Amino acid sequence: MGEQKGLTIQGNMATALGAKLSRPDVIPAYPITPSTLFPEKISEYIADGELDASMIRVESEHSAMSACIGASAVGARTCTASASQGIALMHEMLFIAAGMRLPIVMAVGNRAMSAPINIWADHQDTMASRDSGWMQFYAEKNQEGLDLMILAFRIAEDERVLLPAMVGIDGFVLTHTVEGVQAPAQEDVDEFLPPYDPPHGKLDPEEPMTFGSLGTPEYYQELKYDQTKAMDNTPEIIDEIFDEFEEKFGRNYNRITPYRCEDADIILLTMGSMTGTARAAVDEMREEGEKVGLAKLTVFRPFPSDLLKEIAGDVHGLAVVDRNISPGFGGAVFAECAGAFINEKKSPLMKNFIVGLGGREIFKKNFREMYEKTKKAVETGKVEKPVEWINMDEDVMR
Amino acid sequence: MSEDEKKELLASGHRMCAGCGEGTAMRTILNEAGPNSIATVATGCLEVTTTAFPQTAWEIPLIHAAFENAASVAAGIESALKQMDKKGETNILSFAGDGGTFDIGFQALSGMFERKHNVTHICLDNEAYMNTGIQRCSSTPYGASTTTSPKGKYSIGEDRPKKPIARIASAHDIPYAATACIGYINDLKKKVNKALEADGPAFLHVFAPCPTGWRHGSSDTIELAKLAVETGVFVLWEAEDGNICDLNVTYKPKERKPVEEYLKKQRRFAHLTEEHIEKIQKEVDEKCEEYGF
Repeated sequence: MGEQKGLTIQGNMATALGAKLSRPDVIPAYPITPSTLFPEKISEYIADGELDASMIRVESEHSAMSACIGASAVGARTCTASASQGIALMHEMLFIAAGMRLPIVMAVGNRAMSAPINIWADHQDTMASRDSGWMQFYAEKNQEGLDLMILAFRIAEDERVLLPAMVGIDGFVLTHTVEGVQAPAQEDVDEFLPPYDPPHGKLDPEEPMTFGSLGTPEYYQELKYDQTKAMDNTPEIIDEIFDEFEEKFGRNYNRITPYRCEDADIILLTMGSMTGTARAAVDEMREEGEKVGLAKLTVFRPFPSDLLKEIAGDVHGLAVVDRNISPGFGGAVFAECAGAFINEKKSPLMKNFIVGLGGREIFKKNFREMYEKTKKAVETGKVEKPVEWINMDEDVMR
Repeated sequence: MSEDEKKELLASGHRMCAGCGEGTAMRTILNEAGPNSIATVATGCLEVTTTAFPQTAWEIPLIHAAFENAASVAAGIESALKQMDKKGETNILSFAGDGGTFDIGFQALSGMFERKHNVTHICLDNEAYMNTGIQRCSSTPYGASTTTSPKGKYSIGEDRPKKPIARIASAHDIPYAATACIGYINDLKKKVNKALEADGPAFLHVFAPCPTGWRHGSSDTIELAKLAVETGVFVLWEAEDGNICDLNVTYKPKERKPVEEYLKKQRRFAHLTEEHIEKIQKEVDEKCEEYGF
C-alpha cells in the first residue's frame, strides 16, 4: 500500500486527478463553466506526459458524449466532464450510452439551467438527466469528488453493472474552491481498478457485432427491463465496492450517510456541498437540546429507498432539502423520498425545502428555519405547505 | 482472396425497398472496404432496414447511436483505437443519409474533418428525408415536390437549390473529397479506395436514387442514376487536399442529354412546366460550364 499524498486543490482538479488515477484511454470534452478546469487539467496531464490518453477537443457536448460512446464501444476507458447547458445538449446521448450499457464516467460541475442564464451551483442539470439510466453520485467536498471518480469507474465497469455514471460536484462551491485532499497512490488505484475489458463484446472486426439496433415493440420493453434490472441490482454492488474502498483507502462512503440520527425526531436530508453547513447547524441545534439529525445523500441513482427507510423510518419529521425544482411538483429528491415510503404503514411527516438555486447562498440559519418549520408541522400534525422556498426576497414572497 | 474476403459484407435479406439505390451503394462500398472495417451509421433508412433486432445485415462491426452524430461517434472510435494501438489497417467508416450529413449531422461532420480524424464519411444522398416520409432537406433540388415542399397553386415544390455539400466538405482542406453515383460503379469503387487510403478524413458524396421518394419505377434506379450524370445534374469529381479550384472531373459525358429526360421519369418533378424545366436546364448548363464541360 503506497502512501497517500496530501494536496490542496480545487474541486475540478480533484475530479481530474481522480480521472487521471483511473487511467482513462479517451477523454472527449468541451469547455463549459464551471467544469472547464477538468478538461484543462487533463490536457495539462497529457501535455506533460503524466497521462497517456487521447483527448478529443470536440466541437460540442453532443459530440463529446457521441465520441465517448464510440470510444467506449471499442473497449476504451472513457470519461468526460460537463455542466448545465452542456448536459442538456448531450441529453439525447445520455440515454444511448446507458442503453448500450457503456460504462462511461462524467465529472459534473453542477450548475443551474437557463433562462435566465446562470453559471452557479444547483442540481437542476443532473436532476433533468435523472431518467437517462446513469448512476448519479454527489460529493460533499473535493475529497469525495476525487474518490467518487475512481469509485464510479470501478462500479460502472463491474460486469454485474455496466452502466454509465456521473459524479456531481457543486459549481464554484466545490469546482473552484481549494480544499485539502488525500490522493491515493497510483499503484493502489491500479490494484483497485484493473484495466477495462468489455465482458460482453465490443466493436471488433475479428468478431463483428451490431450496437444500437432497431428495437421493435416485440423486443424494446424486455431490453429496457434488462437495463433497469441492472440498475436495480447495483445497490448491494455499490455497498460492496464502497466497503472495499474503505478497507484499501481508509475513507468511508455510503449511499446515504446518517449523522446524529440515532435518537433524532427530525432529520434533514441534503445532497452535495450544502451538507457541511447543514452538519454545523445540526451540531448547534443538538447543543441546544434539539433532537435533530442529518442524512447525506451520496447516491441519487439508484435511489437508496432501503437505507432511507432504515434511517428515517422511525423519525417524526423528514425535511428534504432540494437544490432543484420540478415546476408543478416540488423538489426532485423530495419526490424520491416520498416514493420511498409509499405502502409503508409508518412514515415520517415530510416537508420539502427549495434552496440554493442558481448559486444562492445557504446559511446555517436556513437549516434552523427548515428544522423549525418541520418541527411545527410535527407538533401540529399538519403540513400546511409541503413545499417551501427558503432564503427568498420577502417582497417577492408577499 | 480468402473465403472471408469474398463474403458479401452487407448480407442479403435486409429490408430496403425494391430498387433502393442505397443497397447498391452499400454493397459496393462495404465490399471495397473489406472485413477489417468498423462502421457508424446515422439514424435513417440504412439503420432501420439493416439492424432490426435480433437480426443484422452487417458482417462488419457497426454502431448506430443517433441521427446527427455518425461522424463524432466515428471520431471516438478512431481516437480510441489509435490510443490503444489497435488502429492498424482498420477502416473507420461513417455513414449518413443526406439529412444526417447536409443538415442535422453537419456540425459533427465539420468537427471530425477539422480535427483530422482518419475517418471516411459517406453520405448516401437521396435528396430528402426519406425515412420519415419524403420531407425536404437542404439536399433537395429545385423544383422537387416533397411532403414539406409540396407542389401547389402557389408552390413549384422546393424553391431553393441544392446545397453543394461535397465542395463544403472539401473546403475543410481534407485529403480527399469526391462525388460518386451508383450508376458508375467502377468510379465509385476507385473513389472508395482513394478515400480509405487517404491519410486523414475523407468525404464521399454518393448519389443514390430512391424509387419511393422520387416516385419512379423500381427498375429505373440505375438508369436514373446514369441520367443524373449524363444530363449534368450531378457531376462526378474528386478533389485532394481541399483543392476545389482544381478539382478533377472524373467523368464527362460526350454529349450532355437534356435535363428533361432525367426530370420526366420522376413524379416528384411531374408538375414542372416547360418554363421551370428551361430554368433548371439553364442552371445545369451554367454549372457544367464551371466544371469545364
